[in-house]
Amino acid sequence: MEKSILALEDGTVFEGRSFGAPTTTSGEVVFNTSITGYQEIFTDPSYSGQIVVLTNPQIGNYGANPDDSESVRPFIEGLVVRDFSPLASNWRSEEGACQFLSRNGLPVASDIDTRALVRRLRTRGVMRGVLSGNGGDPVKLVEQARAIPSMSGLDLATRVSTLEQYKWSEGVSPVSESDLTGDPAAPRFHVVAYDFGIKRNILRRLVHVGAHVTVVPALTTAKDVLALKPDGVFLSNGPGDPEPLQHQAEQVRKLIGKTPVFGICLGLQLLGLALGGKTFKLKFGHRGANHPVLNRLTNRVEITSQNHGFAVDPDSMPDSAVELTHINLNDQTLEGFRHKSEPVFCVQYHPEASPGPHDSHYLFDDFAAMMAQFQKKP
Amino acid sequence: MPKRTDLKKILIIGSGPIVIGQACEFDYSGTQACKALRADGYEVVLINSNPATIMTDPELANGTYVEPINVTYAEEVIKRERPDALLSTVGGQTGLNLSVALAEAGILDKYGVELLGAKIGSIKKAEDRLLFKDAMKKIGLDMPQSQLVNNVDAGLKFAAKVGYPVVLRPSFTLGGSGGGIAYNKEECEEILQRGIDLSPVGETLIEESVLGWKEYELEVMRDLADNCIIICSIENFDPMGVHTGDSITVAPAQTLTDREYQMMRDAALACLREIGVDTGGSNVQFAINPKTGRMIIIEMNPRVSRSSALASKATGFPIAKIAARLAVGYRLDEIANDITRKTPACFEPTLDYVVVKIPRWQFEKFPGAEPVLGTQMKSVGEVMAIGRTFQQAMLKGIRSLETGKRDSADKFDELLIPQRLITPTPERLSYIRFAFERGWTIEQVQELTAMDPWFLRQLRDITLHEQELKATPFAAMTADGFRRAKRMGISDSWLSGAWNVSIHDVRSRRKELGVKAVFNRVDTCAAEFESFTPYLYSSFESECEAEPAERKKVMILGSGPNRIGQGIEFDYCCCHASFALQEFGVESIMVNCNPETVSTDYDTSDRLYFEPLTLEEVLNIADTEKPDGLIVQFGGQTPLNLALPLKKLGVPIIGTDPESIDLAEDRKLFGKLLDDLQIPSPPNGTATSVDEAIAVARRLGFPVLIRPSFVLGGRAMVITYDEDSVRRYMQEAVVFSQDRPVLIDRFLEDAVEVDVDCLSDGDDVLIAGIMEHIEEAGVHSGDSSCVLPAYGIAQRELDTIRQHTIQLARALKVVGLMNVQYAIKDGAVYVLEVNPRASRTVPYVSKATGVPLPKVAVGLMLGKKLKDLAHLTYGQTSGVLPVDKFFVKSPVFPFNKFPGVDPALGPEMRSTGEVMGVGENFGEAFAKAQLSAGTPMPAGGTVFFSVNDKHKAVAVELARQFESLGYTLAATRGTASAFTAAGLKCKTVFKVNEGRPNAVDLIKGGGAQLVIYTSTGAHSFSDEKIIRRTAVFYRVPCITTLSGARAAAQAAASLQKDPVRVWSLQEIHASKKTTA
Repeated sequence: MEKSILALEDGTVFEGRSFGAPTTTSGEVVFNTSITGYQEIFTDPSYSGQIVVLTNPQIGNYGANPDDSESVRPFIEGLVVRDFSPLASNWRSEEGACQFLSRNGLPVASDIDTRALVRRLRTRGVMRGVLSGNGGDPVKLVEQARAIPSMSGLDLATRVSTLEQYKWSEGVSPVSESDLTGDPAAPRFHVVAYDFGIKRNILRRLVHVGAHVTVVPALTTAKDVLALKPDGVFLSNGPGDPEPLQHQAEQVRKLIGKTPVFGICLGLQLLGLALGGKTFKLKFGHRGANHPVLNRLTNRVEITSQNHGFAVDPDSMPDSAVELTHINLNDQTLEGFRHKSEPVFCVQYHPEASPGPHDSHYLFDDFAAMMAQFQKKP
Repeated sequence: MPKRTDLKKILIIGSGPIVIGQACEFDYSGTQACKALRADGYEVVLINSNPATIMTDPELANGTYVEPINVTYAEEVIKRERPDALLSTVGGQTGLNLSVALAEAGILDKYGVELLGAKIGSIKKAEDRLLFKDAMKKIGLDMPQSQLVNNVDAGLKFAAKVGYPVVLRPSFTLGGSGGGIAYNKEECEEILQRGIDLSPVGETLIEESVLGWKEYELEVMRDLADNCIIICSIENFDPMGVHTGDSITVAPAQTLTDREYQMMRDAALACLREIGVDTGGSNVQFAINPKTGRMIIIEMNPRVSRSSALASKATGFPIAKIAARLAVGYRLDEIANDITRKTPACFEPTLDYVVVKIPRWQFEKFPGAEPVLGTQMKSVGEVMAIGRTFQQAMLKGIRSLETGKRDSADKFDELLIPQRLITPTPERLSYIRFAFERGWTIEQVQELTAMDPWFLRQLRDITLHEQELKATPFAAMTADGFRRAKRMGISDSWLSGAWNVSIHDVRSRRKELGVKAVFNRVDTCAAEFESFTPYLYSSFESECEAEPAERKKVMILGSGPNRIGQGIEFDYCCCHASFALQEFGVESIMVNCNPETVSTDYDTSDRLYFEPLTLEEVLNIADTEKPDGLIVQFGGQTPLNLALPLKKLGVPIIGTDPESIDLAEDRKLFGKLLDDLQIPSPPNGTATSVDEAIAVARRLGFPVLIRPSFVLGGRAMVITYDEDSVRRYMQEAVVFSQDRPVLIDRFLEDAVEVDVDCLSDGDDVLIAGIMEHIEEAGVHSGDSSCVLPAYGIAQRELDTIRQHTIQLARALKVVGLMNVQYAIKDGAVYVLEVNPRASRTVPYVSKATGVPLPKVAVGLMLGKKLKDLAHLTYGQTSGVLPVDKFFVKSPVFPFNKFPGVDPALGPEMRSTGEVMGVGENFGEAFAKAQLSAGTPMPAGGTVFFSVNDKHKAVAVELARQFESLGYTLAATRGTASAFTAAGLKCKTVFKVNEGRPNAVDLIKGGGAQLVIYTSTGAHSFSDEKIIRRTAVFYRVPCITTLSGARAAAQAAASLQKDPVRVWSLQEIHASKKTTA
């Protein structure tokens, strides 16, 4: 078996066993602490430009299946795990996780001391790295890592966005006869969803609450969006730094007040920028499925799924226009806000889950309710 | 919501004695709850009949009642203490059942006691099968088709409808007691009858089988604001069909996709909300059809459970502690995560390691019981292991079990493989590994076991790698080769066997190559945040997080998995050693692998290493920590087995020298010591061959007591009356060697046995307790009831015992604790055994005397003298500690879990737990102890006697006492005629072989409330066995010794004259404090 090498910009090198494709990739090295849902993580476009370290040591156990992908293909740049399973065991599995990643040309480093790696990322912050699936000179790989452009200032969202506008009408399908998903509501809203790297489960959840969705490219103008006569506009998650997305923020500003707007993750950051706020880069981000978020409106805590490296500075948000609705209880960062006078709300975390707890599905219902109310307005 | 201020005093009910299905995990949960509530400023009142628990330490509650756990006594406690509330959810099924009973009897209302945690309605909904089924149906959760029946016919009809096999679960029994799987009509009939009888409500659930499905558990917590979190997911390695307490389990779940896991999470939360558990921890069990994904809910426990203890240890999230705080009004987000300090407890722990739990069984102690696992729990203990991978955790778990077997299959029969894979037994895991060694494929094994192929692949890969290692010469091993093997979890001991080199060579070679163990932290968050609690496990990763401190420190070796003879008593001692070290300003470092215990709670010691108690793993810790001392005398036999090797390798052992401990076990050296001291012992010898054993026995004269060296709990100890039995024993029952000969003693029939615990600083000796056994010599000391103070022993004999004890302690240079067992026969005092270490009776003596023996012992081990510690011993530094009341300790047996086993007592210990009864007189204390032990003395009715000829004279006297107390008498022919001759009125009953209706019919028909049946000596006849078995089955107290019968008569007298009264330990010992 080939040797795999992960080289970080600070000179640290981890060696392991190579699975997946025997290629070399590079990116920002980040870690995710979710126990379940590796396939969803692989295929979440928000991981574009990132080499993902999973803290759950046993990865690949249940293989991969066509239903659990969050987009057309994996978007991670490479995978780093402690123990990668060559055997897939699950009634829905159609191929091994290894096969799934190889097929998509992605290298996997297994047998890595991921805990030591995560401790390093936690203390030093995320770093650039190079992952080689076929050995090589560690010193050169470190140099390569140092040469990678930083994530800050990169517009990755436009890069991963759809090129063509398309319709989406597939709802949530139950995972087995025992899944209590419930029946989808009859379609009654037209939602235009900006694709900055949108996850399929967001689209499914929108359909579930009664939307038929038109997905539009990241650079679509507000005018073109409004021309589609939406009942509401959705701003999706996506990779990279929100700061360079000034054009998109400008379009978002134009939508506020014209139609209900709901944003998730990067969508929140764009709304933040649109409303005059500032974003900043978190030291090592929030990536996992166990983050406690307090909903200040209900005073209840939701366990949330998260994946973001940037956040909106709550102090930069204008008090007059915005109410801060959700706070992360681990580090008090901003997790959600709504407009005080216009039908606009957003969260930094992932209420569509996938992977992660379903505690926050209600936000899709809230969006539906908001659209229903807006429809009634003269 | 902050905590409630309207509550001042809270009652907690413990779970009573350790029994199968309810063990020291509830000491752990109760202790956490007591500590948490006290820390929040509440007064805590506690009822628990088990003196061996940490929770019954007087420091942990304001009022500690070691009293029977029933409505009568609980009401008495409530009447005296007037608590504002009762926390029902931390004392296991026993605590929950009593809470329900108190509520239903109107006692809680009468005294204005609020039920915290779960309300009556919720408890009923969760525990009553029918209500539960309706509730689950209402929220759309699937369950197996089932029906609740109260008669056999209805059950058979249902089984015919859904088809065999069917699963039977009696309502409201512990650990699934009385349940089973029926594959045909006959079995169904048998199990149904048993289940209906055992169920306190006379009901059994019969349901569609989900055998072979994947089994899961989720640990859930909820606060008053309806914030819900999952603490841990657990996947069973053994598929459905084996009780989860008897299953190997893995955390977190390994073979579920996120969608499937979230489906289960949603179901668990829906279940919790529908059942309406207001606050606290609950456990929800699921089964998933591996082919279709159909998920059904099996059951939910609206309380802290065995799995909660496991989940707490597996994640570092203290479920019981948090549950207690939620019960008094806190919200999850108001409580900090102790480990990260900065983040709240309202989150879901994430693991970057794998945890494996393996149960430990002891079928070998119950000949006649079939070692087959099913829906009724049979294991007596468990181990947990943490590894960076499943393989590492599994192999660590296997060696934590201390089964004495090597950690791979070596003595198995290939022909038996199919049968051993199909039928779940304690051997199944070993047989799976053996099958892989013999080239079986994953598919073949999967077909027979229905286990998930992922687990099987992991095991097979271990086997393949082991074969590769065997084929590699030791000299050719590279650093990478060693690292790979060690990261997989393979032990040095296994490697040394594979290469036929010493363990030492393996260790030094790999260390030379730089392959060393490091330690990782259990931190609830997969390293996302810094951890402040050193809760550690070993691995072979690249970075060590142990961060040992520079201060003075002492390591304590725990006692490993609970087993008969080595249970919670030793955990009690280890925990106290830890507390004492901290008080003496020394850092305490705990090493143990038992997830049920208080010792493996991360806040019991300054540092916790959750590790197997093997030489390799203990050395790894010692190398890293470099402790100033190592304590081996508190953990039972497990650490003692490591004492000498550790000492040889330079680990500083404090307290009594391991050589002295060894000397006491060495027959020749010890015999010489006794001769020198002129202390008599029963004539004895040792043997290392069959012939030698027979010669020794002949020389000593029968009966003789034979046993192996170095065992605890009388494992394989027998009394033999003839040469044939000696031969059979030597050939079949025992392993011996030159180093470990078989020990043979002349057996002193009808002697009185005495246990002594003492403290010694090398000069002064303080005798903590002289305990008189109620059963005579020959019954294992752990299985005998005993009493403090000794009340039937002459002063002259007591003096002799005191002198001998002092002589022995000095001669063995004991520093710390020592236990001596004596037998008194015809006025002569013989030493039976000396153990220069903490004994099983230490917690009981501590509770009875009010002196914390382990704490004093630790002080002595740290170099202090008894005089320096006089403030802990009420000023006393010599003589015998006084006791102000009568304290009876009684054993609790698991015979109801092993139908077909003869419950007669003998030299092999079989009790799983103990209780204590407190009284103004012996009879009262004994009656309370028997009540707590689950064999209450009847207040009236018929006493059935059958005794052998030499016991008849005494039996007549006892019968007279019972008659005068208003009991009626029944007896078998011989005994009856003795009674009639003495002028007593007695009904004659047939023996089993004499015709019908016989003694068994009498018991079955409810015609006897107490059975006194003494053995005829040399052989146990089937007649006796069946009577004793029937008595156990029908829950009629059955006394098998004459001395026990004497005690019963006094207890009966107390029942009539003494009122129901209770004392807290605090008030019992308060008077001493003022005089000291």
